Order: sequence, then structure tokens, then C-alpha cells
Amino acid sequence: MHACVAAVCDPELPALTIAELGILRGVREAPDGGIVVALTPTYSGCPATQAITDGVRQALDSAGHRAVRIEIELAPAWTTACLTPSAHAKLRAAGIAPPQAREADGVPCPHCGAPTSALVSWFGSTACKALYRCTACHEPFEYFKCL
Amino acid sequence: MSPAHFEYVLRLGDNALIVGQRLSEWCGHSPFLEEDIAMANVALDHIGRARMLLTHAGALEGRGRDEDALAYAREEREFRNCLLCELPNGDYAFTLVRQYVLDVFHRLQFGALGASTDATLAAIAAKAVKESVYHVRRSAQWVLRFGDGTHESHARAQAALDEVWAYCDELFASDAIDTEMSAAGIAAELGTLERAWRAEVEAHFARAGLVLPRDEWRAAGGRSGLHTEHMGRLLAEMQAVPRAHPGLRW
Repeated sequence: MHACVAAVCDPELPALTIAELGILRGVREAPDGGIVVALTPTYSGCPATQAITDGVRQALDSAGHRAVRIEIELAPAWTTACLTPSAHAKLRAAGIAPPQAREADGVPCPHCGAPTSALVSWFGSTACKALYRCTACHEPFEYFKCL
Repeated sequence: MSPAHFEYVLRLGDNALIVGQRLSEWCGHSPFLEEDIAMANVALDHIGRARMLLTHAGALEGRGRDEDALAYAREEREFRNCLLCELPNGDYAFTLVRQYVLDVFHRLQFGALGASTDATLAAIAAKAVKESVYHVRRSAQWVLRFGDGTHESHARAQAALDEVWAYCDELFASDAIDTEMSAAGIAAELGTLERAWRAEVEAHFARAGLVLPRDEWRAAGGRSGLHTEHMGRLLAEMQAVPRAHPGLRW
């Protein structure tokens, strides 16, 4: 049951599952036999939250669980430290630079690996990403910014 | 739950909703692509907060009103946002100068609300404050660029500040609701916020070469439901679809 929920992918970062993203807080069986899934949002305005909720319901429905309750857990607030180590590797493979503990020191290019890049915009195609350009290979790339 | 508690959370939710609605008007119209994306992202963060805060307000009230009922089915006089949030966007300098003073205010306010005795409010604030940190980073940059930029950008930023400044007092105007909520440990104390806010924005405007206007006039009223002439049109646009098709699902 947990595995089937954990395997649901984030619609905006399809390379990652919600477990790898660190937004799945728990799956448990309620006394009435229903399934309770606790999720936490990444950003306040993340528009993917609804799609993720639907994805979880669908996954459980396919596994034969009909009575599903989704609880949104706000505290403790999600941070990029909730990403699993496998998420970092998958982001890099998808051409997205994973969050850096010391982002002021520069973000390495996920394409050519060069350590130097320039910030283009702190805001990218989704709330969680910033836009950078590599100063070595000149390719633009997205950076999963620290929150 | 006291009526003041509902009212306090409603004010926070309305500020977020109305300025989020204003910022979203730039979507597709900002001067270049990266800015358009930035503006839409910031608008979305505000609307996300509004959803959580209005949901919480509705639960506190206990009369079955959800986020949609509060956002789409209230009349102008029932909205509790500060006037600053509802002013038309004007030019880009006006939007960003207003955003800068609001971003700093929100970073301080949500920072303090993280310690609220209202656990739900504290959780919403703990999320929001992290977003406000990088909202300030962007709007502060634009204030510097406009203020310390060309003759034209400086003149526009100064005109924006002259207008915005008169509406800032309302952010810190304390009434019986604020006093009751501060005493209960629910609200952030406005006097402390104002001192920190003033020190930060005054230093930054000085760095940008902008001059603070003399405190000659100030406008307030939004928090008690008395809005500017612009509010009605904003609501008409924001509420048009839900009012034409009440309860519609798709």
C-alpha cells in the first residue's frame, strides 16, 4: 500500500516520485478501514498539489482501495533537505541542478559539469526552480533552489 | 474561538488574496519573459497563502464557509485587506516599489507569526516566510535598479514611492482586534514589526537614491471594509466566473 503511493510521480518533475521529493509524510490504515495519506506541499502556491492528490487517489483506486482520505500536513514545513539522495541523482540526470547547501558559491552545470554558472532568474518554469546559464558550455539549465 | 481571531486571520488572507490578484494581472504583460515568470510565481505564492489562510479563517468561524465562499461570495465592504494591496498596478516601478514594502512587511510578519499560539497559523507562516525571503531579494533588486538607474527609471520609482508611502501606515495601524490577538499570543505585535520594517526599507530607499516623502497625508480604511474606488473593479473581475456559475465543478 505504501509502495503504491510512494511510486506516484510529481506532475511537474516527472523524474521524481513523491517519496523522493519528500512530500509524502505517511500512509496508514484508519480504524474504519480507510486509507489515510498525509502529504505536505512544497510551496504555498504549488499548483501541482491538486494533481498529486488525484494521482494518489488513482494509484490507491487501482490497487483496490476506495476509501481514501488525503490529509495536508503543513508542519514541519517542507524544505529541500527533504529530497532523498536518489532524487539528487535523478534531477541531475534530467538536466536539473539539485539544491546546493552553499548555493552562493555557484551551481555546477548539470550538462557539462563545469563548476561555474550565472543566475539568469531566481524564478523558473515552476515555483521550486531558478534559471541559470553555464558559463563554460553556455547551455541554460534549471536549478532546484534551496527552500 | 473569538470573533477577533476569525477577523485577524481573514485580514491576513485578504491581504494575500488581493495583492496576489493584482500581481497576476501582469501575467503575459511583463516587460520580458523572465520577469513575467517571476511575477506569476510570486502571485501564485500569494494566492497559495490566501487559500490556506482563508480556509483556516472559515474553520475558525465555524459557519461552513470555505476558501471559495470567502474569496468569491463576499461583497466589497466585507473585505479586510489594506488599501495598498488593491491599488492598480500602475507602471512596473509602482508595482515593484509596492511589492518591496509588502515583501519586507510579510517577511517580518510571517517570521513573527511562526511563533503564534495558533498552531495552524504558525505552520502557514513558517512556509510563507521562506518564500518572502526570496520575494524580497527580487523586489529589493528592482528598487535599486530603478532608483539608481536612468533619469526616467528614477523619476518613476520616486513617483511610485511618493504614492505608496501614504498607504504604508495602514499596515501597522493597530486596533482592538490586533490588541486582543497580540495579548493572546496569536498575532505578531505591530509596533515591533514597524520599527524593524522602517529601519530596513528606509535604508534601502536611501541606497537606491530615493527620497522618502514627508508624512503629509495617509490613507486607511481597508481593514474595516472601506475601500478605494479600484476595489470594486478588481472584485468584479476576480469574482465574475464563480458568480455567473455558482458552485460549478469541472
